[in-house]
Amino acid sequence: MADNRSAVCELHNLSLRHGGNTVLSGVNLRITPGEVVALVGESGCGKSTLLSHLRALVAGQVAWCPQLPGLVPVRSAFHNIYAGTLDQHSLLYNLRQLVRPSTTEWQRVLDVAEPLGIGGLLPKSLDQLSGGERQRVNIARACIQKRSIFFGDEPVSALDEFQGERVLKMIIERHHTCLLVLHDMDLALSCCDRVIGIANGKIVVDSPAKELKAATLASIFHNHPVEVAQDPQPRRFGRPDLSC
Amino acid sequence: MLATTLPPFDTSARPQWQSALVILLAALVCLPWFDVELANTQPWSETKRLLAGLVRPQFAIDGLFTAIGYTLAVALQAVTAAALFGFLLANIYNWPGVTALMTVLRSVHEIFWALLILQVLGLSQLTGVLALAIPYAATFARVFAEILQETPSYPSRQIPGGNLSRFIFSTLPLAWPRLSTYFRYRLECALRASVVLGFVGLPTLGYLLEGYLKQGSYREVTALLMLFIGLVLVQRWWARGPVAWGLLLVSLWWLPPLAGVAWQPSLFGQLLKDFTPAPLRGEWSSDTLAQLWHWFVPLWSEQMLPGIANTLVLGQLALLLAGALALMWFPLVSPGCVPSLWTRRLGHGFLVVMRSLPEILLAFFGLIFFGPSLLPGVLALGLHNAAILAHLVGTYSGELNLRADAPTGWNCYFYELLPRLYGQFLSFTLYRWETILRETAILGMLGIPTLGFFIDSAFEDFRLDRAVLLIAASAVLNIVAERLAHWLRHRKTDKASQHRGRNPEGQPVAESGPGQVGGHGGSLPDLKWDDLRRASR
Repeated sequence: MADNRSAVCELHNLSLRHGGNTVLSGVNLRITPGEVVALVGESGCGKSTLLSHLRALVAGQVAWCPQLPGLVPVRSAFHNIYAGTLDQHSLLYNLRQLVRPSTTEWQRVLDVAEPLGIGGLLPKSLDQLSGGERQRVNIARACIQKRSIFFGDEPVSALDEFQGERVLKMIIERHHTCLLVLHDMDLALSCCDRVIGIANGKIVVDSPAKELKAATLASIFHNHPVEVAQDPQPRRFGRPDLSC
Repeated sequence: MLATTLPPFDTSARPQWQSALVILLAALVCLPWFDVELANTQPWSETKRLLAGLVRPQFAIDGLFTAIGYTLAVALQAVTAAALFGFLLANIYNWPGVTALMTVLRSVHEIFWALLILQVLGLSQLTGVLALAIPYAATFARVFAEILQETPSYPSRQIPGGNLSRFIFSTLPLAWPRLSTYFRYRLECALRASVVLGFVGLPTLGYLLEGYLKQGSYREVTALLMLFIGLVLVQRWWARGPVAWGLLLVSLWWLPPLAGVAWQPSLFGQLLKDFTPAPLRGEWSSDTLAQLWHWFVPLWSEQMLPGIANTLVLGQLALLLAGALALMWFPLVSPGCVPSLWTRRLGHGFLVVMRSLPEILLAFFGLIFFGPSLLPGVLALGLHNAAILAHLVGTYSGELNLRADAPTGWNCYFYELLPRLYGQFLSFTLYRWETILRETAILGMLGIPTLGFFIDSAFEDFRLDRAVLLIAASAVLNIVAERLAHWLRHRKTDKASQHRGRNPEGQPVAESGPGQVGGHGGSLPDLKWDDLRRASR
């Protein structure tokens, strides 16, 4: 891929380890500004490890939406979303928002929350929300930072198909460059420009989305020889295990 | 649309902040009764001497090794005996009456047990062992019963044979690691308590300490303190496996608990008489009741009531101080707030020293500087417990999984750590409240007018009938505090429990880490022995 623009992030022949095992090797990757990239692959293939690694490279410039949201259960959705912008304000201002939010900040949070359908939930604490609602709080926390780059790890996995697509499109609309780990092939193909597929510790697909079909993509993974040898009944790309 | 008025917040944190407010208000209510008299006119000359002593410890102390040996022997023998009896009792813990009996035995402080047993057995090794073993056996019984209950029963059902063989081959090995860990934790408590027994006259390290403190010989005091803290710090090497068994056997050979005890069966009859309220000792007559009333009223108004009031005031203010300091200190050891490992290690060191110093010593120093009032007691219990709380909360904060882009510094403290750890903090604080009220007994030995002071005075005057009644009052106070703290911990504080039913898909997305109220079935997180163990690490 010849591109003269400066890359958002770039990897050359990288190997990544997770929990003592090498999960990825020989990774060459270049994400350029303006791209909307989907990272696909089976559960446990190393997508999240790769994404976390990339995030660490560009930390501070990227709106981060991790798979485990790590939100504060007893705090309101408002404060959890506002927490995304803590570094943009003074400590005193942040403490004031804890005691009594200002209408400016409330409105700012509401502006991101409303399109996600959680505007009415802002005063409620996270432990009163459902998994899907928490996931949208997580997205709002990333979106409120108004950055040009968005990194999301299964950002819409707990939403239904229709809602998932709508929310994903909204994320893409608000960010110039997106790198999204997705398990839903159709969603990856319909929303993203470029699809990177990982299997057996390697990048096996890296092409523009319009050149790919869901069935071919799935077959690339499933027909991989080692995969078949290990697992005679290959799993479909299912929902990721959220507890991992 | 611009939102001009904010909707009311509806978070599960609210009941928790309310509890904090209750603690604060209770302490404020106590303030008018908080007597602070600064009696010492020359605290600075004393401070200079203390500092001089701190830098030049004097280890050449007469009878040092005997005192260390005695301290260790009492602690080891008492804990072993207590664990054996506690284990037997744990198996019948749910029998009618046993639970209540254990609660009563536990509610009387070790030092009061020592004062009571002293009357029968004198200053003997057995007095020390029994004084620790009786309340500890009751504690072991409760904790062991809980551990055995929580041991999975499935494996034992797979074993053919009677209950005993099932117990030996399944339940016991499964529960063993937890039982032995708790044993080690108790041993450390016993070590501290054994030192404190020196203050009633048993020849432990505490006896030497008291002597040197009274003389103002701070060089020796420093040496004794360093030895004691060292003993606690290296406990992990001597308090396990063959070394511990070897030490126990040596201690039994060196100081057999039954040696030097003069059995005088007639003494029991005499004591029973002494324990009976004075007006009831003679023949029953028409004015016995009136005499009893006259015996009781001054005791109530001059000792019991002020004793209880002072105990409560001191406990409440110490609790507030401990809580406030702990919230300030725990960031010292929390990776979220202090990223530098070496700075955190310094913080750890500070907390270790603060919580290893027995309360009685802190109080002693306080008395030297501020004179006899409740203030040294509040400071001693507050500082000691703050270090324990900060350590517990700090350890939990290290186990939280914060997001990769979590805020840092004070933002992290207020937006991430405090809300997540607050439930746990409150739980620990309530647990420390029970302990603080119990430990006010020790401060009484130093002349701080808690119930312990009046009990100690009654023993000194040989008014055993009064002493027994005052001990009973302190026991009731402890039991009430224990029940209240238990109730407060299990009170439904969490709105999430009401919503959880409609939310079947929601739970795995939730953060599963310690200290998260949402994951604890709607009540404050319960305290387990593991938490207690953390305090000793």
